[in-house]
Amino acid sequence: MYNIKKMYNAETISDAVKFLTDNEDAKIIAGGSDVLIELRHGKLPNATLLNIRDIKEMQGIELINEDIIIKPLSTFTEIAENQIIQERIPMLAEAVNTVGGPQVRNIGTIGGNICNGITSADSASTLFTLDAELEITGPDGTRNIHIKDFYIWVAEVDLKQGELLTKIIIKKESYENYFGHYYKYAKRNAMDIAIQGCAVNCKLSDDKTKLENVRIGFGVGGPIPLRCFETENKAKGKLINNELIDEIGKSVLEEVNPRTSWKATKEFRLHLAQELSKRVLREAIERAGGHIND
Amino acid sequence: MIEIIKCKINGRDQEIAIDPRESLTDMLRNKLGLTSVKKGCEVGECGACTVLIDGKSYNSCIYLASWAKDKSIITVEGLTSENGELSPVQKAFIDESAVQCGFCTPGLLLTATEIVNSGQKYTREELRTLISGHLCRCTGYENILNAVEKALNQEN
Ligand SMILES: Cc1cc2nc3c(=O)[nH]c(=O)nc-3n(C[C@H](O)[C@H](O)[C@H](O)COP(=O)(O)OP(=O)(O)OC[C@H]3O[C@@H](n4cnc5c(N)ncnc54)[C@H](O)[C@@H]3O)c2cc1C
Ligand code: FES
Ligand code: FES
Repeated sequence: MYNIKKMYNAETISDAVKFLTDNEDAKIIAGGSDVLIELRHGKLPNATLLNIRDIKEMQGIELINEDIIIKPLSTFTEIAENQIIQERIPMLAEAVNTVGGPQVRNIGTIGGNICNGITSADSASTLFTLDAELEITGPDGTRNIHIKDFYIWVAEVDLKQGELLTKIIIKKESYENYFGHYYKYAKRNAMDIAIQGCAVNCKLSDDKTKLENVRIGFGVGGPIPLRCFETENKAKGKLINNELIDEIGKSVLEEVNPRTSWKATKEFRLHLAQELSKRVLREAIERAGGHIND
Repeated sequence: MIEIIKCKINGRDQEIAIDPRESLTDMLRNKLGLTSVKKGCEVGECGACTVLIDGKSYNSCIYLASWAKDKSIITVEGLTSENGELSPVQKAFIDESAVQCGFCTPGLLLTATEIVNSGQKYTREELRTLISGHLCRCTGYENILNAVEKALNQEN
């Protein structure tokens, strides 16, 4: 038996906002694959839960003027199987397919994956490289923020009293002509948490010889998911060759900040950051139709 | 705390008095005696508690009983036909010696049933990924994969 004191089932977003505003200690539950584990481990004793699973406005994936709107209750399976995602941002399908195993992917939602504020969340670094915007709804209405500003610290995100995540928006200009790749480095091929995850999304010049734009994201590159903006700026407009790739691999080391945990040492994670950024970038360039010259 | 929910269990419409704090595993085992649903880790890691909810596999240990409202749930008890005959997936598991201690078997049978019901073809590598949410400490997985492959080839 889970140690739940009270559970309220919200039917609409405004219903949920009201309950959250009135109940300071309420914990949102979506798929439950983090919350129920915490409950099982006794970390949320006597919980007051706000169940948001039945809120229709928070389900589904839509295309509005070619902007992709992912509602937070979308499960990993729904995202991976969705045509809009597969055709326009296949790297997100690739990323969410690395989560747990099939049963967990049927349960876990992308909203829960971001809102838990965990650096190893497999969808996060990819959403960083898609410049995802988050719509947050609270008692004062909605506000939109870039996902990089949503993460504050380990397990701490920019959700104020009464607020919840209601949309993930990927603008057309953020994904059009971009090609990307996500790689999860873990000890096992399934049912394992990333030792590090790397996502690279790039856009090449028309003749495919230059990196017109590149975005590099890491999970477990630091306490929260991160982007390597300085490296990206240095690489912009550069001719694609092995030298550039080596430079990028070295440069990301200035921007990541991993630590030692029981899973891996800081030194190993730094080694991974250099190696993964290079490999993932190569793959992204190839997917974009580019060719890496010596 | 008591709540009455309506759902379909192994093809039969039921009304069940649940405790909103209990997991679907507890409801199926304790309220309905469906003890094929195993309790392994109870934190979503091992797949022993897997059931089909509206045709898809879920870990019933991290799924609240109250969420089963209006859903259709299948456990191994629902795989056999009226006269007790085993399903093709169950037969394949026996034929291929895919069962040793049997603790992981109910969950795997349901995931395998979902795979076979999908009507799609899969490579052995893809099947490996599809059963990756199940831990088996006995068989080494090879015979399980043989069984899933056999059931898949027979059906499709
Ligand atoms: C066996 C197992 C394996 C796993 N493997 C992986 C893995 O490989 N990679 C990975 O990234 N994760 C993994 N996870 C973690 C988990 O499945 C994911 O983080 C999942 O995305 C959580 O989503 P949920 O809907 O189930 O979350 P919930 O538990 O319902 O919620 C998670 C958190 O987000 C909050 N929340 C949820 N939705 C909203 C919202 N719309 N607005 C505001 N707050 C919200 C909740 O309050 C809670 O703090 C695993 C979990 C298990 C049990
Ligand atoms: S008992 Fe549910 S996954 Fe292990
Ligand atoms: S047969 Fe014993 S765990 Fe699989």
